[in-house]
Amino acid sequence: MYVAVKGGERAIDNAHAWLAEERRGARDVPELTIPQIRQQMALAVNRVMAEGSLYDPDLAALAIKQARGDLIEAVFLIRAYRTTLPRFAASNPVDTAQMALDRRISATFKDLPGGQILGPTFDYTHRLLDFTLMAEGAPEAPLPGQPPVAADGDTPPHLPHVSEHLNHDGLIEPAPQGETLPPDLTRSPMELPADRALRLQAITRGDEGFILSMAYSTQRGYGRTHAFVGELRLGRVAVEVDIPELGFAVEIGEIELTECETVNQFKGSRSEAPQFTRGYGLVFGQSERKAIAMSLVDRALRWKELGEDNIGAPAQDEEFVLMHADNVQATGFLEHIKLPHYVDFQAEMELVRRLRAEAAAAEAQQHQQQPQEAAE
Amino acid sequence: MNAQALSGGFAEAPLQSARAFRAVMEAMARPGTLHEVTGAAPPAPLSVAAGVVLLTLCDDTTPLHLAGACDTPALRDWVAFHIGAPLVPAPEAQFALGRWADLMPVNRFAIGQPDYPDRSATLIVEMPDLRAGGARLTGPGIRTEARLTLPGVAAHQANHARFPLGFDLILTGDSRLAALPRSTRVEAE
Amino acid sequence: MTDQAYTFAYLDEQTKRMIRRALLKALAVPGYQVPFASREMPMPYGWGTGGVQVTAACLVPEDRLKVIDQGADDTTNAVSIRRFFARTAGVATTEATAEATLIQTRHRIPEQPLREGQILVYQVPIPEPLRFLEPRETETRKMHELEEYGLMHVKLYEDIARHGTIATSYAYPVKVEGRYVMDPSPIPKFDNPKLSGNAAIQLFGAGREQRIYALPPYTAVVSLDFDDHPFTASKPGHACDLCGAAHSYLDEVITDDAGGRMFVCSDTDFCAGRRREGHQGRLGGQA
Repeated sequence: MYVAVKGGERAIDNAHAWLAEERRGARDVPELTIPQIRQQMALAVNRVMAEGSLYDPDLAALAIKQARGDLIEAVFLIRAYRTTLPRFAASNPVDTAQMALDRRISATFKDLPGGQILGPTFDYTHRLLDFTLMAEGAPEAPLPGQPPVAADGDTPPHLPHVSEHLNHDGLIEPAPQGETLPPDLTRSPMELPADRALRLQAITRGDEGFILSMAYSTQRGYGRTHAFVGELRLGRVAVEVDIPELGFAVEIGEIELTECETVNQFKGSRSEAPQFTRGYGLVFGQSERKAIAMSLVDRALRWKELGEDNIGAPAQDEEFVLMHADNVQATGFLEHIKLPHYVDFQAEMELVRRLRAEAAAAEAQQHQQQPQEAAE
Repeated sequence: MNAQALSGGFAEAPLQSARAFRAVMEAMARPGTLHEVTGAAPPAPLSVAAGVVLLTLCDDTTPLHLAGACDTPALRDWVAFHIGAPLVPAPEAQFALGRWADLMPVNRFAIGQPDYPDRSATLIVEMPDLRAGGARLTGPGIRTEARLTLPGVAAHQANHARFPLGFDLILTGDSRLAALPRSTRVEAE
Repeated sequence: MTDQAYTFAYLDEQTKRMIRRALLKALAVPGYQVPFASREMPMPYGWGTGGVQVTAACLVPEDRLKVIDQGADDTTNAVSIRRFFARTAGVATTEATAEATLIQTRHRIPEQPLREGQILVYQVPIPEPLRFLEPRETETRKMHELEEYGLMHVKLYEDIARHGTIATSYAYPVKVEGRYVMDPSPIPKFDNPKLSGNAAIQLFGAGREQRIYALPPYTAVVSLDFDDHPFTASKPGHACDLCGAAHSYLDEVITDDAGGRMFVCSDTDFCAGRRREGHQGRLGGQA
């Protein structure tokens, strides 16, 4: 006997309880703490902050814990929380030239004022599993002189951007100074064509994997832009907010950022002398791969304003890139096909059955007619 | 800013604005129907209904035009305190407030763009005598016909003729409101 | 009881005002898709975030809310959304179509005719009816502006050339008041006639795609077709095996390994109501 499926509520409650148990894992293994995640999974925390568009390492760590390490799920938790936050003010633009640097490298100059600062990078590690990390240790005493650049009252260096050196000679396009307030992707619907500020917002909160692949495709010839990493810098900048009652800006905190500026070839056009052009990437936290990829995609999307050819490459297609970069949107829509679609499927099934019946009838009729025709 | 400016807003905004919006939406969905609203006590000469509409729909993101008799210091202060809408000239307004005569000529107001007809003004028209009867309304939202005391039938006909472009009206009087979207056909009685 | 950590119906007042303004413009230009700044909701995009935001902007404490998915009140996502509003808005809920003042739906229009004062909120995945013919928003916007709907007719006509019939069985495009071509959301085309002249307010919310559109009551809605291939609101030629209804939309249920199957109303409230009144189908009132 058929019994209509009931009990959705109980099924949901049971699923949630099971999920909570799975999240915790074996009870004889100590539970992860938020400070542990924040300290020791910092790059995951950074990614969740960047794609969640919310700079709060503790909340990002909490989201990672709650999401069982599923970073896109964690980004989603942060986005949903972010929506409910009141907006008190908009900060002034951060000044990345005043960044307290932990890392700063240039691929275009062997040496330059301030030098190359390697910083905490995987770049020259040999990717050999370090089995000593498998031995769990008790809390350790801080290493002397940690962190290296800020030890013993040393202030981290503030260095001008590498592009400023090129700018002196007019070799690179000036950074456009926007007068208008940039639009806010999270407060108004995406409108196409998008200006660069809107594009950069969409890319910096876009999925790292998607942006990486788009950037990679430009390197392989799908909208090639001949990018050099003019400068990659990582460090902390002050965030300031204008207080109208006081008449001046007040520092409300500090955030860690990764900034990448590419220097790209440009042949020049009839109206403009040959000059290098720029691609730009700026991402919360130490997120180098994302910052570099962002600057390549940014540059590829600038083909129109620079009078370049659209060769139809995916990374040149603003609507394609911007409408598909968001992993919270993409995941939701992808996974919604798990939801019941009985009704649509039933409609399709009825249609297919009817078409098949009509085709069979037509064929049968044809068979009947053929012998008659032969007899005539 | 006088003390009056500080009072007369919603005491319980989430619930009051929800009920008020429902009335405004029913009005816009069924042109010509009349709906009672409460909860605002704006300074004279503004009606309760017009105050409710402002509190429900306007904020610091919606440029507002105060026309004629509605452009008073007391009302400006009230808007500044409760709503925060920037006050602008007619062509820039997303919302405009005034008596019909003060809103003339209505061709000053935004009617949207062919690709974005939603970017048009909503006029909140203070009516001395808002009731059923008068001009004949037909179109979406109306089963057979509706009747409404409407000023300026020709202007509404011209507005409808530009559909999907055009402005939309919310008509207010005392604690009652009705609406006339651009989709409605208007004929003189 | 309302969850005190969040405001009434979850969304902050500024967001609700933004959605409410979009709803009014949507009602003023029936069938036109109004862009709105859709917010991230605590449920995934594609799972009804557009409908949820529209519902949140419309709800009043006095409402009686019904949520259906595939016509049924007890599908998991319908349960989840109903719980969300019971928790954040404290509204009463119901499974009875007649008692509901606001109905949020995915993929169906209830069988029982709606009345004045009711609101039907549709969850919409892809609001743009032209999207699968032209993927670019910049292009489809222009096509709506210029009423250039030839592409849609070409597509439907190609169906006829290939299959002898229009091979669109759900999300069947409609024209609203002779102006905008509109996607009715993935309802089966069986439901299309209920769109037109409906006494209720019909609101459509697409969260991920950031669009809201609407049909005021008694709006004329026509399913696209050709003179020689008129639109038909078809359904399988069965009656409901539980309540015997001959004119309701049916779910097909596989009952055993031997190809056995039964057909039951997709509208669970409608079916239960008929059985309460004593109607019986092939398998009687067993379930």
